[in-house]
Amino acid sequence: MAKVAEIVEKLNLKLVAGNEGLQNVITTGYTSDLLSDVMGNIKSQSVWVTMQTHKNVMAVASLKDVSAVVIVNGYAPEDDLIEQSNAEDIPLLVTEDTAFDISAKIYELIK
Amino acid sequence: MMEFNFKIESGDFTNAGSISSSVKRALKQLNVDGSVIKRTVVALYESEVNVVAHSHGGEVVVNIFDDCIKINITDSGPGIPDIEKAMTQGFSTASPEVREMGFGAGMGLPNIKNNTDDFDLKSEMGVGTVLKFVNYFKA
Ligand SMILES: Nc1ncnc2c1ncn2[C@@H]1O[C@H](COP(=O)(O)OP(=O)(O)OP(=O)(O)O)[C@@H](O)[C@H]1O
Ligand SMILES: [Mg+2]
Repeated sequence: MAKVAEIVEKLNLKLVAGNEGLQNVITTGYTSDLLSDVMGNIKSQSVWVTMQTHKNVMAVASLKDVSAVVIVNGYAPEDDLIEQSNAEDIPLLVTEDTAFDISAKIYELIK
Repeated sequence: MMEFNFKIESGDFTNAGSISSSVKRALKQLNVDGSVIKRTVVALYESEVNVVAHSHGGEVVVNIFDDCIKINITDSGPGIPDIEKAMTQGFSTASPEVREMGFGAGMGLPNIKNNTDDFDLKSEMGVGTVLKFVNYFKA
């Protein structure tokens, strides 16, 4: 089973916060920018790929037992999102890739 | 029986989810079934966000019994003019700013309905909205 640390290393993701969660297991993923869609549909132990950068991302991630959040297009996470990621021990990762590209790469690693 | 009370401020998006998080912790401590916890936090989170995004503010009363959790969310208006329409997947009156944050998919109320055993939504224009739901701990 893939761990967060593995996708960070193999896909060259920038680890911004939530280092304590690097051993979280990833079994699947979900790609969406609509919080209610994620709330309704993401499975636990998912990696969540999104362009949203504000604090509510971690509220949703924590309530849904998400393993890691990947922010796309090189967008900068807001400060209170970074703080919340550390508080929840859910890794916050950033990639320069688009949502499509990074989702495909993660899929290849965990399928 | 345990009772918890919380206040929700209109427009306070940064704290949206904190009530759900407290209730999740309480249910975990009580060893409630994981799938019931999941359903409850989805419904409560969406309820919190609706009060923040669409109302003048309100409060949440949570009652935990031996066999179920009952949650009442009351706000002080403006109210929902057409409940049936509001319940329709995809219907939203969220502002452009709120949509930009990823809210406003029109999925919150359907999510609440799908994740609760008993669901009751009532609203009076100019007075406010009352949402009550119950989740049972055993099927
Ligand atoms: N407490 C409330 N007070 C007033 N109007 C409400 C309230 N809750 C919901 N509504 C109305 O019902 C609509 C649908 O709510 P719903 O939660 O399904 O979607 P949303 O909040 O617009 O978007 P999403 O929940 O997907 O982020 C809202 O856009 C709003 O017009
Ligand atoms: Mg909503």
